[in-house]
Amino acid sequence: MSFRDGPFNDIKVPLTWTAAVAVIVAIVVGAALLVSDRRESLQSQAYGVSRQVFDAADKPVAGAAAAPAHWGRQLSDNIRGYFFAVSENRRLKQRIAELQGWRDTAIALQDANTRYKAILGLKTDPPIPMVTGRVVLDSRGPFADTRLANVGAEKGVKVGNPVMSDRGLVGRVVGVTRGASRVLLLTDVASRTPVLVDRTDARAVLLGDGGGHPRLSYLRGQNPVKRGDRILTSGDGGVFPRGLPVGVAVKGLDGQWRVQLDSDLTAIDFVRILRFKDFTELVDEKQLDTTEMPPLAQGAAAPPMTVSAAPTPAAQTPPAASTQAPSASRPAPPPQAPASTKPLAAKPASAKPSPPRRAATTTSSASTLPASSRPPRPDVSHELY
Amino acid sequence: MSFTDTRPLDPWRWIGAPSLMCILAAILFAIPIRVFGVQLPEPVWPMAPAFAWAVIRPSILAPLTLLALGLFLDLLWGGPLGLWPLSILVGYASVMATRSMMSGQSRRVLWSWFAIMTLLSMITGYILTMLDTGVAPSLTATLWQFLPTALLYPFAHRLIERFDDADVRFR
Repeated sequence: MSFRDGPFNDIKVPLTWTAAVAVIVAIVVGAALLVSDRRESLQSQAYGVSRQVFDAADKPVAGAAAAPAHWGRQLSDNIRGYFFAVSENRRLKQRIAELQGWRDTAIALQDANTRYKAILGLKTDPPIPMVTGRVVLDSRGPFADTRLANVGAEKGVKVGNPVMSDRGLVGRVVGVTRGASRVLLLTDVASRTPVLVDRTDARAVLLGDGGGHPRLSYLRGQNPVKRGDRILTSGDGGVFPRGLPVGVAVKGLDGQWRVQLDSDLTAIDFVRILRFKDFTELVDEKQLDTTEMPPLAQGAAAPPMTVSAAPTPAAQTPPAASTQAPSASRPAPPPQAPASTKPLAAKPASAKPSPPRRAATTTSSASTLPASSRPPRPDVSHELY
Repeated sequence: MSFTDTRPLDPWRWIGAPSLMCILAAILFAIPIRVFGVQLPEPVWPMAPAFAWAVIRPSILAPLTLLALGLFLDLLWGGPLGLWPLSILVGYASVMATRSMMSGQSRRVLWSWFAIMTLLSMITGYILTMLDTGVAPSLTATLWQFLPTALLYPFAHRLIERFDDADVRFR
């Protein structure tokens, strides 16, 4: 007996009811997916194969859709550059004059910093390699703020890598596939970023909420922040290096401290993905021990690697000085700054030789600079980029 | 035209083609571009067919298609998987439950109804995100997504006008 000839032959289920059942089934499937999702996790496998396949397939489509926009922007930039060349030239000359002072300061601080490291035997983070990619897709809703960059696993990008624009921190990589990386922005509702207030060194967690200005939470201390304070990454937790520029503190309409993001000042077209590894992840101790130390003062009696005696009070000051290096919020120091470093540079000569102490580890802001162990260069802040 | 003359709706014409248009529109509005320094809005395109499909007639295919469209949005925008399927389906279910009240209503009333459905979906998304992340999303950002989505009603109206009479069994 076939099914049609059976007792169910006369049963007719109204379409309305079957449609309702279909709705319920779809809702249950959606709820199950939502419960099992862990998109913001730092575990690479949490991103899921479905997302990886989708991102890989979406990259060329979104890239093709975004290409006219990129061409249009290039064209408008060219036209603007042609018609406003004179005013642009004047503005750039003024900017160069302003930066000249910063360059001198950077050279002085770099010089002092490298010598302090030699004195203390500090072993800092190695230079951070980075890859540059173009954003091909951009989501900006209240429940998801992500971007898709057109570089991926083939360039060594990994889940958790920090992402910067030319202005400041953008977010971190949450998913990688071949040819594409998904970047979770600082504004995403799932984003949590450990930060510090540059002026007071107060720690906080930057909490995204889908709006343009993420919230500063878990601030401690009395008046730890005021309007206009620079916010940097603190490096706590090891996901981000310390000292990356995040933005400026502002008071929100709701009375809470928020951050005006540096990266929000212009369209995020290109991004730089820092292939950053936390200091604790660097297991190659031999490589750390062979880090080339800069020479101490000319004619110094003590050999460089054996000078790690108890630092003098003057030698204990460099961390404070070094954290100022990447900060752009402080006013330009007076021109005599380089001269003041000379007595400090001469200190190692008088330090007592002693057996080398086990190197202290640090992730200070200056330590994140790639050229921290090389001779000073003029443009310190751009070394990171 | 007698009852027997009516043709069943072609799934491709009333479900497939609008879905494809939603996918293309979502990709187009996700390109990183700023017009005079302002980013493009990010409307939830599948909300328009979700409303229209619920008004036109009950269907088994429509909720399953909305599930797929919601998943597509989650993957495209990088949100948690399942967020938009649930939000859109809640809106769809609410319109389905009240569709008998909407027959013969004016365009303005239907537009208001569409806005209410969109609001309901956004509230669902808001609550789900809050439960998922422990953080209340920004109300301003939610409003900025709600407004352009509510303005999508003309697309839904066009779909309703085109297919509302196609299957008179459900009028």
